Amino acid sequence: MINFVNVSKRYPETGDVLRNVSFHLRRGEIAFLTGHSGAGKSTLLRLIAAMEKCGRGQILVDGQDLGQAKESQLPFIRRKMGFIYQDYKLLQDRTVFDNVALPLIIAGFGHHEITRRVRAALDKVGLAGKEKKYPFALSGGEQQRVGIARAVVNKPPIIIADEPTGNLDPDLSAEIMFLFGQFQQVGVTVLIASHDISLITQLNHRVLKLDHGQLISS
Amino acid sequence: MKYINKNRIKKDPPIKSVKQEVRQTKTAGGNFVDKLIAYRDHQVHVLFSSLSRLIASPFTTVMTITVLAIAISLASGFYILVVNLQQLTGNLETSNQISIFLRDDVSDAHAKKLVDTFKANVNVQEVKLITREQALTEFKNYSGFGAAISVLETNPLPIVIQVLPKNTLDDKQELGKLMESFQQSPEVDFAQMDLQWVERLQSIVELARLFANLLNMLLGAAVLFIIGNTIRLELHTRREEVVIAKLVGATNSFIQRPFLYSGFWIGFISGVSAWFIVAIGMLILKHPVEKLSGLYESDFQLVFLSFGETFILICLSSALGVLGSWAVLVCQLRHTRLE
Repeated sequence: MINFVNVSKRYPETGDVLRNVSFHLRRGEIAFLTGHSGAGKSTLLRLIAAMEKCGRGQILVDGQDLGQAKESQLPFIRRKMGFIYQDYKLLQDRTVFDNVALPLIIAGFGHHEITRRVRAALDKVGLAGKEKKYPFALSGGEQQRVGIARAVVNKPPIIIADEPTGNLDPDLSAEIMFLFGQFQQVGVTVLIASHDISLITQLNHRVLKLDHGQLISS
Repeated sequence: MKYINKNRIKKDPPIKSVKQEVRQTKTAGGNFVDKLIAYRDHQVHVLFSSLSRLIASPFTTVMTITVLAIAISLASGFYILVVNLQQLTGNLETSNQISIFLRDDVSDAHAKKLVDTFKANVNVQEVKLITREQALTEFKNYSGFGAAISVLETNPLPIVIQVLPKNTLDDKQELGKLMESFQQSPEVDFAQMDLQWVERLQSIVELARLFANLLNMLLGAAVLFIIGNTIRLELHTRREEVVIAKLVGATNSFIQRPFLYSGFWIGFISGVSAWFIVAIGMLILKHPVEKLSGLYESDFQLVFLSFGETFILICLSSALGVLGSWAVLVCQLRHTRLE
């Protein structure tokens, strides 16, 4: 599902951030991406999101070569992935419903389908009945779950989470990890960037460890 | 297929990409008609949410629209000015008539003789004498200076002989020769071709038209830049929204849409406001202009924008709005880094 082949990324200011990174995440696989800060986790996620192009190597997402894809194709590749962020990246001036509906509106779904899917997604993350609230009226854990609902509402085959439990207490973190486990069960590929060692060791998932831009274990 | 890059020496051949799978996600669920309805609903929604966004920040919106409306109304004002000038000069008869002003010491009887000699000329079709008294009465009636004229002890006006050359005499040089021949008579003070001053006036109007067009182009560019800058600021304040939309798979046209509609609304409302500014200006000017034209014994009517011209004005300002925002969006979105 996600395939890195000898990927390197260099910034003129900081030099090599990723060096010869290769790994393959299969359909329905769940993995942690870990490493010290500055190891290149965020860069790797940005490359998957096609926010930047890699310098050398090849990145395939669901069989599609990101390096070869035209600028106009990138939005459609991004629709195959649900992104979850540490800072939630919610639109503060929109209701929970509108936030979660955004990917569906973008994909051109009809009104009824949007309502149905948003309700289902919010139900899944335990936020049923909070559609009309605004993000600032929600707790951190709830906002994170709105972010998750938005990431999964379009039923993407891939979920990418960047420090999804960074701001949450252990109970909430466990809850969120449980949700990810459920998505994996239905065949979704999940990649979670985290440096929450206790959480990672607790769950016996595959771990991709970055160190100074190199993958030292996968 | 797990790789540990340290152990890798040989590079893998590039893996073939599967293009057709991308296509599948382009079309969301539902049939074509449902999608079309969803698309239409989305367009309508964005159209009106752009408007409500403008209303939500009334101060900025009013300021921008006022500046634009003034610029557009200036442009329309120049246009109307030129149209009216053209109307005015268009009414003037472009005849070949020559006016011959006689010296002060020439008597009416002498003038009549002169008329007869002019009539004898083969190139002359018609000759008309205007005596001092006739000229004075005419002047008193039409100029509005009647009372002032009465104060004068002597009649300051000269005798005028109006000569209409034959139509066969089209050439300007020949007309000039004819005029010169009149001028050579010792009774004649000076002769003047009416055509000359009509032509002069028309070329002045033509110059005014060019000047107005130039100014209008500059004003149009100003409108374009003002709207562009407004949209740029709007894009800046909504940057986070743009980034989030991009991350969840929005195409550039999806992201541009609300801003293009904002540009449209700004242009549209400015156009309508400009129309009102011009209309009010015309209402203020209408009476004085008609009074003035009445004094000149003219049935000149101030021309305002026609229905078609109003339509064009509003379409043009809306189009400038869309164009200004589009230009900015194309430049700015290319440089928007997703962070």
